[in-house]
Amino acid sequence: MKELKVLAVVVFFTLVTYWGVEPYAHKVMHKNVEEATFENFQYKDLKAPAKGDPAKGKALIATCTSCHGIKSQGIKAPMDPVAASQAYGVVPPDLSNAGAVLDEKFIANFIVSPTHAGLVKKSAMPGGMADAQGAADIAAYLKSIAPKEIKPKEAFEFACGRCHAVRYDKWTQIGQTPKTKADIKTGVDLALMDFKKKVGQYQVKLAEYLGKLPPDLSIIVRARSEEYLEKFVENPQHILPGTAMPRVGVTEEGYEKIYKYLEEVGDPSKPKREKVGPWVLGYLVLFAFLAFLWYKSQWKGLK
Amino acid sequence: MAHFDPNARPFSHKWMNERLAVDTLKRVLSTEYWIPKNINFLWAMGMVLAATFGLLLISGIFLLMYYIPDTKQAFDSVNHTIMGEVGYGWLWRHMHGVAASVVFLIIYIHMFTGIYYGSYKRGRELIWLSGMLLFVSFSAEAFSGYMLPWGQMSYWAGMVITNLFSLGSLDWQGLVEWIRGDYVPGQAFLGRFFMLHVLLMPLIIMALIVLHFGTLRIPHVNNQDGEEIDFEAEAEKWKAGLRKESKVIPFNPVFLSKDTFVLGIYFIFYFYLVFYHFEFAMDPVNFDPANPLKTPPHIYPEWYFLWSYEILRPFPKDPGLVAFGFAQVIFFFLPFLDRSPNVAPANRRGLFKFWFWILLVDMIVLTIMGKVPPVGIYTKIGTVAAWTFIILWILLPFITKAEKAVRGHK
Repeated sequence: MKELKVLAVVVFFTLVTYWGVEPYAHKVMHKNVEEATFENFQYKDLKAPAKGDPAKGKALIATCTSCHGIKSQGIKAPMDPVAASQAYGVVPPDLSNAGAVLDEKFIANFIVSPTHAGLVKKSAMPGGMADAQGAADIAAYLKSIAPKEIKPKEAFEFACGRCHAVRYDKWTQIGQTPKTKADIKTGVDLALMDFKKKVGQYQVKLAEYLGKLPPDLSIIVRARSEEYLEKFVENPQHILPGTAMPRVGVTEEGYEKIYKYLEEVGDPSKPKREKVGPWVLGYLVLFAFLAFLWYKSQWKGLK
Repeated sequence: MAHFDPNARPFSHKWMNERLAVDTLKRVLSTEYWIPKNINFLWAMGMVLAATFGLLLISGIFLLMYYIPDTKQAFDSVNHTIMGEVGYGWLWRHMHGVAASVVFLIIYIHMFTGIYYGSYKRGRELIWLSGMLLFVSFSAEAFSGYMLPWGQMSYWAGMVITNLFSLGSLDWQGLVEWIRGDYVPGQAFLGRFFMLHVLLMPLIIMALIVLHFGTLRIPHVNNQDGEEIDFEAEAEKWKAGLRKESKVIPFNPVFLSKDTFVLGIYFIFYFYLVFYHFEFAMDPVNFDPANPLKTPPHIYPEWYFLWSYEILRPFPKDPGLVAFGFAQVIFFFLPFLDRSPNVAPANRRGLFKFWFWILLVDMIVLTIMGKVPPVGIYTKIGTVAAWTFIILWILLPFITKAEKAVRGHK
């Protein structure tokens, strides 16, 4: 049929154009991402540590708790985030969930040398806090106290949330924006202003420490491809050489949690899309079918 | 003085007819608006475009309720308020974004259909010219709309395109600043493009759509063989019940039934894109907020502007601008550059056949080269394709002047 031939020509040229400006052009433009290796968060360049003993690790943990809190073990952080940022540029993370998000081998290497494991030039955490065996023991201890299951947002908070804000989820680098009430007569919300001041003080120090303020990640899942994000988190230097973003050392599972959180915030319509889509298309198939019957009845006996 | 029956019931058929001539209107605009029978689905593209414009208008009205034209709030009003907080806001936005892209696909199909079948000649010149005015208006509408989310690509594409008005070595920075209302894109710039996008350009487009329909009424639409049809004689045949013998059909309901079917198929395609494949129409770069301190590594326009962008790119500054200007206006001159009296499909028109297919392929090559970075082999291909485009148009009058009459035509 002639019309189908015409349609085939139109579809052919449309698809060639689509292929050229989308998959092909993006492949050319993002060659560095395409070519960067990906090893499923295995960190093969790091040395496997000796077998760690959690009990010995527990004995050594006081080395860590002079800066880090471990809430789940009843150990409070010695400083609040703003004070910590004045001292170190960034707040040292609470270690309760470290073992749930981070790779054990990575932790052991990181304790010995944060710059080596993190692939950055400087780090607020000093190196050599323990020898190789001690570091392995601490890593084993952190694994042993880690909760079995953590929420996607908790994974994000631990691994990303002290440098990156997520304003669409009201997350700031120093924590969740509190629910406050404005004074009804004046509209002034002093508590919120106080909080914002603290965030600002923290951000200034963080930007000094890292050279710039790390981007807000609210819709990063739409601004970067999945491939870009996983390769970047596994090894930031492969994608953006010279970046101040350290290798964080998450496990594959930890990364999936983080991504899930970012997707929930950055693409909240996904579940609805998937629900509504089939109904709309189903309706249109029916519409087209009825229109086809009408067309056939009108054109009957015309040719 | 018209006659008004004092006994006619208000809003009855007779009452309406006396005041609005509804029967005449219906006859002239629909039941006795004659369309050739010898057409294919490409003749439904006008209706598809009208429907897509309708989708853009309706989705745009919903988006307008929540969009905030403020450089500090625009990005979040789109990406957070509309996408996350407003019920089905995401649907309106994806519909709007996808339709804005797809409408150009259909415009290009519509244009190339016209070029292929010679539908810009022999009384149909104004159809072509009003259509080209619509193309330019849609381009302005699309560009101004692209500024509104105030993402990185909004900002930098706005910067690059308004810079063109410095006119190369003439260095008219004053004109650029006058257009922007500032030294760089800022609040004045966003406010202006917002106004253009939601008011002035839609008004112009709607007026031009009416004009475009009007230009169609007397010459009628072309047909698959470019045959010159005596519409009055053929209409009489139809009215006499010779449905098979007549070469024409009434717009309503016969042509409309086919249009509706094509629309149905088109909507399946369009809503598939809206729900499952919208990324192509929403560039990732524009999901980073505008940042005047950070130039994105690749700045490129949306796909439908790429071919003319690529005609600008391979040349030095001033010749590039001249070539770009040439590409912008040359399609307007098509009815006058084509010197052949033949109205027939390109494939039956000697050298024009090659001219048509080379132009189509060349514009696709330009489109692809306009997106990839201008390095190495891509620059070379782009340069050749840009020259090919220019040379094709210079050759057109000569090729068509020498064209032999197609059989059946003088």
